[in-house]
Amino acid sequence: MSKATFETKITELDEHIVEIVSDAGEGAQAAGNTFAEVCARSGNGLWTVEIIPSEIQPPPHTTGSASGNRIRVGNSPITNGGDLTNLVVAFNEMALLSRIQTDSLAPDVTVIIDDMWSRHDDAQIRQDYREILDDLSAKGAKVWELPIETECQRVAPDSTRGKNMFIVGMLLCLYNKDLEAGFTIVDEMFGARSQAIVEMNVKLMEAGYIFAQQTFAETYSIAPLQDTDNLVAMNGNTAIALGSVAAGYELCAMYPITPATSASHELSDFFEKFGGIVHQAEDEIAAIGVAVGSNWAGKPALTITSGPGLALKTEFQGLTVMSETPLVLVNVQRGGPSTGLPTKVEQGDLLAALWATPGDAPKVVIAPSSIEECYHIMPLARKISEEFRALVIVLSDANLATGRQLFKRPTVNPDLLSNTLDMSPVPPGTKPFDWDPETGLSQQILPGRPDGMWVATGLNHTPEGKINYLSASNQLGMTMRSRKLAVLQSTLKTPEIFGDDSGDLLIVGWGSTKGAIWEAVAKERAQGVKVSAMNIQFISPLPPGLKEAFGKFKKVMAVELNYADDPNDPYITPENRRYTQLATILRSNTLVDVDCWGKVPGSPLMPQEVRSIIQTQIENIK
Amino acid sequence: MSLDIDDYIAKEVHACEYTLDDYTTEPARWCKGCGAHGALGAVQRMLRENNEAPENVITVSGIGCSSRFPHYLKTYGFHTLHGRALPVSVGVSLARPEMKLLTVMGDGDCFSIGGNHWLHTLRYNINATVIILDNEIYALTKKQASPTSRQGTMSNTSPRGSYLEPLNPLSIVLGVTNLSFVAQTASWLPGHMQATLDRAWKHKGLAFVRILQRCPVFMPDAFSGASAEFPAQFLEHCSGITPDKGILRNAPTVAHDPSDINAAQKIAANAHKDLEPLGLLYLNTEVPTYNEVRYSHVQQSDKFAKAELLNQYLDSYAIGNPNEEG
Repeated sequence: MSKATFETKITELDEHIVEIVSDAGEGAQAAGNTFAEVCARSGNGLWTVEIIPSEIQPPPHTTGSASGNRIRVGNSPITNGGDLTNLVVAFNEMALLSRIQTDSLAPDVTVIIDDMWSRHDDAQIRQDYREILDDLSAKGAKVWELPIETECQRVAPDSTRGKNMFIVGMLLCLYNKDLEAGFTIVDEMFGARSQAIVEMNVKLMEAGYIFAQQTFAETYSIAPLQDTDNLVAMNGNTAIALGSVAAGYELCAMYPITPATSASHELSDFFEKFGGIVHQAEDEIAAIGVAVGSNWAGKPALTITSGPGLALKTEFQGLTVMSETPLVLVNVQRGGPSTGLPTKVEQGDLLAALWATPGDAPKVVIAPSSIEECYHIMPLARKISEEFRALVIVLSDANLATGRQLFKRPTVNPDLLSNTLDMSPVPPGTKPFDWDPETGLSQQILPGRPDGMWVATGLNHTPEGKINYLSASNQLGMTMRSRKLAVLQSTLKTPEIFGDDSGDLLIVGWGSTKGAIWEAVAKERAQGVKVSAMNIQFISPLPPGLKEAFGKFKKVMAVELNYADDPNDPYITPENRRYTQLATILRSNTLVDVDCWGKVPGSPLMPQEVRSIIQTQIENIK
Repeated sequence: MSLDIDDYIAKEVHACEYTLDDYTTEPARWCKGCGAHGALGAVQRMLRENNEAPENVITVSGIGCSSRFPHYLKTYGFHTLHGRALPVSVGVSLARPEMKLLTVMGDGDCFSIGGNHWLHTLRYNINATVIILDNEIYALTKKQASPTSRQGTMSNTSPRGSYLEPLNPLSIVLGVTNLSFVAQTASWLPGHMQATLDRAWKHKGLAFVRILQRCPVFMPDAFSGASAEFPAQFLEHCSGITPDKGILRNAPTVAHDPSDINAAQKIAANAHKDLEPLGLLYLNTEVPTYNEVRYSHVQQSDKFAKAELLNQYLDSYAIGNPNEEG
């Protein structure tokens, strides 16, 4: 490795947000993943956010084609995607413009861009390039126009395919990361395919590193976490896939849908080695039907989907509840309604998860708030579904699905990994819905047991499983199924309050926004603001003690990534205002006047947005 | 048929551990004269003759008159959703390959609202006997035209006669890849129905059996009122189903080799304008079942081996370059 040509100054940073954006297919995602992997392996705190176009090959050199990765790297544990981008590497000016249009970049962002567009044959491209960069510079950005393509061509004749690794090389130098660690990852990515590809990418990465050494007088250093022992780094869908294995699932029935599918990709890769099967069904309805049939017959099965799939699965959810067949349904939320924003984050499926099934269909709805929880929630969900003969909906989202985070390596419990069926004869008089009158709980009789023959049905039925149309029987069945939720609720604890137990403002959230909300609250508390935060994991049933906890604050506000009317908008009155989804539930369940902030930007919540909400609210409280 | 008393005793006394009552729960609540009664009896006799322990049989149905079937049959049962008996059957089949599976649907249930599952489950070739009780009408919802209603059928949704030619289920089925067994019979031909069910039951793979079945309340005239006038032909082959003609004693018998898919498609295509075929249209015993296909790739290991493997996967996500350590 050649020595640095110039004396460089190394600036120590607590954290930085780095973006790499290109046209779809140019490899910015791979570059981002590689850089993030090096950072993770060097022990940095990390959160990544994928920048994904909805099309596979959108028209190149347009803002709609921007694809890449946003990596927040820090010297402490990182729980969310953070605020504005500090450094962006753009393959072209339209990819860069897309990031300006989504308000992602800090005013003083460092921009690295290929200068080839300044010499392009098309006058419009030359003009756009200049205007975009001049505008950024005027607002305070530091712009590096560099001959990236030209430099790549020195190493690789067809540089269109390897520019991304050149850029990784530059970033490794800029952040003082180990170049060899980058080589290792290249080998892991391409080694199985071709040694020639490995060599080419290694060469490009090294060239980028050297070029950066010669170019930048200032580089950065971000120290590793204090404790990096026993940590793993993965995204939320991988965590759900591995968590499903850890939970002892043996069948995943699914139908392709974004952003849920990558969990099934992971399972397809390794599930068979664990004795499991991924069944890609003919449609979303069949996928849940297969899972229901399997669970009813005794093989633990789950189904994984996203919004439109959740909608298609509603009738089967009703059958699951009515027949008291255990089922875990993972819904990785995306923007809606309808096809909405299929690759982007939203928390808009909460009410659909709770209430979309016609008739009264009590179900358990839980939401992981971090990637670590995506893993651990799977064994928990299975246990609840089986002990309570219940439908458990797990609400993840696109932010957790594609983001990557470091967390403590889980320990494996072998006892969850065996599934032995009780095939003993059923004692005379045993009923398939032998409801405990206090709790509504009963034992499922698996098919195959002598003397236990019964028929599961979506019709109202007696404890013996017989169809019945009498009002008393219907009332009993409804009561027993509802009672189970109350029993589960009695086992829950009031959620922890982050900050003081009392104060001016309590921010309540659920799911993936926890990291951003808690970070914002921590920063405001450091300024002396009396704000606290709560994240609610169990949304059905809601945990006990909420009303009392809320009562200790002057104001309670739900902050969510789903739509709410702005109280200042035309026609909006306190009576007709549509609240965010968790707020709606909290208001009805606690009778506390919970206010809300809800927006649907299609991007993860930023801590600075939450800080600005807190500041506005505190101003109004005073 | 032999009337040898020794055969009779061997069959009725020694071979059959179970009585018909062992497969019976309660009197079926179908209308008087409904063909489903006959189909239920035939299934019960078939189970008895195959000496099936009731607890080892799972009956899955959809929604409709025919889908009440599991409630009257003493086996494990799942009365699911309209059109969705087949996905649940796929799940049951994957979960419990050792159990015997019977799936019961009606014409609207299978061919209309469940159409997508119908096509794809045939292609999966799960190990199940799938019977369609086809009465050419939606009956439980009180007389609406079904996909197999003949053109001109007067119904509550077609009071001036249904507009379209009916769907031809046999032609559709015979166009699906991985098909392994297709037969057609009629509920008013008890001998033929029973022989057909028995062949289907013994088949490894998805045995698709369409049972023509008269609805005496809403569709009494279908199938010529289930009379001797019904225009049918019996398919005959050494590997087929013995043409036990019953009331259709004057119906012709034609030779048909069930391994010949093209011949089967031709017979099916002409069924409506010509004669309804009764018997085994198609048989391919070589098609692997979905369980065989999928489980041949699945590794079986104990919980400790699985835990070890999961630990390896978790390690591959560890930071600090675990690949060099491991």
